[in-house]
Amino acid sequence: MNENIEQDLQKQLRKEAIRRNWNLFRQSKLGMIGLYIVIFFLFLALLQPFLFITGIWNKGVYDPVVGYEAIKDTLLVVECPKEYPTEKYESMKDCPGPGELNVKRLYLAPGVEVGDYYETFIQPAPPSSRHLLGTDSLGRDVFSQIMEGSQVAFVLGLLSATLGVGISTILGTIAAFFGGRVDAYLMRQSDLILMLPSLPLLFIISAFAELKVWHLAIVLGVLGGLGGSVITIKSQALQVKVKPFVDSARITGGSRWRIMFSHVLPNVAPLALLFMVFSVTGAIASESVLSFLGLLNIDMSWGIMIYLSQTDGFIFSGLEFWWLILPAGLAVTLLAGGFYLVGRGLDDVFNPRLRKR
Amino acid sequence: MKKNVIEVKNLEKYYEVSGGFFSRNKDIVKAVDDISFEIPFGESLGLVGQSGCGKTTTARALCLLDPKTGGDVKFYNNETENMQNIDNLEDEELKKFRRNIQMIFQDPYESLNPRWTIKDIILEPLNIHNIGDLQDREEAVVEILKTVGLTPASNYLPRYPHELSGGQRQRVSIARTLIMKPKFVVCDEPTSMLDVSIRISIMDLMLNLAKDLEVSYLYITHDLAVARYMCNRIAVMFNGKIVEIAETEELLNNPIHPYTKRLISSIPVPDPSYDRKVYDVNYDELDAIIAKHGTDNPMVDIGNEHYISTHDVKGLI
Ligand SMILES: Nc1ncnc2c1ncn2[C@@H]1O[C@H](COP(=O)(O)OP(=O)(O)OP(=O)(O)O)[C@@H](O)[C@H]1O
Ligand SMILES: [Mg+2]
Repeated sequence: MNENIEQDLQKQLRKEAIRRNWNLFRQSKLGMIGLYIVIFFLFLALLQPFLFITGIWNKGVYDPVVGYEAIKDTLLVVECPKEYPTEKYESMKDCPGPGELNVKRLYLAPGVEVGDYYETFIQPAPPSSRHLLGTDSLGRDVFSQIMEGSQVAFVLGLLSATLGVGISTILGTIAAFFGGRVDAYLMRQSDLILMLPSLPLLFIISAFAELKVWHLAIVLGVLGGLGGSVITIKSQALQVKVKPFVDSARITGGSRWRIMFSHVLPNVAPLALLFMVFSVTGAIASESVLSFLGLLNIDMSWGIMIYLSQTDGFIFSGLEFWWLILPAGLAVTLLAGGFYLVGRGLDDVFNPRLRKR
Repeated sequence: MKKNVIEVKNLEKYYEVSGGFFSRNKDIVKAVDDISFEIPFGESLGLVGQSGCGKTTTARALCLLDPKTGGDVKFYNNETENMQNIDNLEDEELKKFRRNIQMIFQDPYESLNPRWTIKDIILEPLNIHNIGDLQDREEAVVEILKTVGLTPASNYLPRYPHELSGGQRQRVSIARTLIMKPKFVVCDEPTSMLDVSIRISIMDLMLNLAKDLEVSYLYITHDLAVARYMCNRIAVMFNGKIVEIAETEELLNNPIHPYTKRLISSIPVPDPSYDRKVYDVNYDELDAIIAKHGTDNPMVDIGNEHYISTHDVKGLI
């Protein structure tokens, strides 16, 4: 009976606490923008499997890696003049015009004369109602690739951030508590990792091992977890360690481990969560850079999309093939920025000093 | 003869502070310098003095929070019925000592873990010492909340500290402290951060509990009026030393040491028409005592269990 009342009250109070924190977060405009962006990409990531399962999308056509659809177009074969301007074309740029094809490009198709209509596949195809963001040079749907890339970004970002923050929280707390040699060792290790340029290090690792998404997540997580965040978490743990409630537990006879896990860890957890959100940003950005440099063994990701558009030579072609570059580039920027903004919003919630009245 | 719950002899706590980055020589801060006192069962001692005189340092050394650098502290062992030195306590005996000593802190906003519910906070000592089964423990928590005046208990148990007022939090602190039924509680200015209006109710609560549970307090404060309300005896501390120690009324009516006189003269009196005895702070009485006893004996008894330090304080006060 009494127990029930207590539990009800507990539920009620918890709900209230969540609502209070949510209201604090909501006041941060940047945080809300970030949250909308993250939710948008989460929606994209989840939408793709939904479309496949319900059969709205056919895997043969829309699969981001092996899908293919031939988009046919009929072109008029013309011969471009040697001197400009002519009646039809003002300069060399205007030939061939829209819907036309220079006969010189058909040297492998004998028997086609100027004035014929020639049926051809266009790849990469510009956006259409069937392919909202067009197709790439292999005829694969770009929108589906963006969705796949979103899944990769979430898995990689959250996995590496969780791992990294787990490591740094535990090590930071241990450093604060045991001090002495343990602390000195952990701090020097952090300094070392902070000094190591992480991208070149990843180049070297990728030379020795095939880097798949989850390998990369582990490497990024461990590097992040041993780096500077240990120092920050340690300084926070040192602050908590001298609080009277810790003294109070010590007087009562609480062991060091008990105090570490039940008093200090819960009080550094908010800071750790903040770190986690920020390190997602780093992981997403690193993935794109490594993929762009062709160092990852991943089938599809936003970085790979940019990489392919570069190796196929479209990246310097101005905005003519914009759907090959812009969507992927924007996605990386937006999602990385979105997580960063969410972190800024959480900062307002966790940092009472910054709280506005 | 009265049995003592704690006896402190020549307690010292020195800090080494380096004289700056480039300097080799180390300065020594004598935070607590050779103090002695004892507290009988059920009685309370007030430790009074200005900021920085070493009150908190004394308290922390007694609770084994910081190691002392010299002197002896003996605690009553209720099995052997002897005083036992707290220096080299091992497992079981250390546990027993920890059960019998507790501390209440000044700042009720920092002395409760903000991520724990009130229930978990009060349960902690029972969990650490593994006392009783789960149901016993919860019943004890409800009981102690009733004792400190937080009813109905079910209303407070699931709450977090920031959901309570300062006075309520200090009540929770007291509940947590007393759930183990300790014999000795060190209170480090437990009411100084509270609103004047609730101070007196917290002090009354502590007095009543002391009577019911036979707890002795070492009550630290810089306010003589508070010490008078709470304690049987008062020790006046100055610059790391106890300069005068006596029964409360004896000390207040018959102060000898110039520092004590100065302290008493500075108590604010709410009624301006009240004709307070203003002591002129002079060294005559202290000089006379020093002349009689010499400065070899650090504390001399001038009768009525009234002790004065013969330490030379000229120019310091
Ligand atoms: N860790 C330390 N290192 C060096 N000196 C210290 C240290 N802790 C305290 N002290 C010094 O010891 C002296 C006594 O400090 P303590 O905290 O015991 O004073 P207090 O009487 O409790 O004062 P308050 O009334 O302000 O709480 C002070 O001069 C202080 O500067
Ligand atoms: Mg103090």
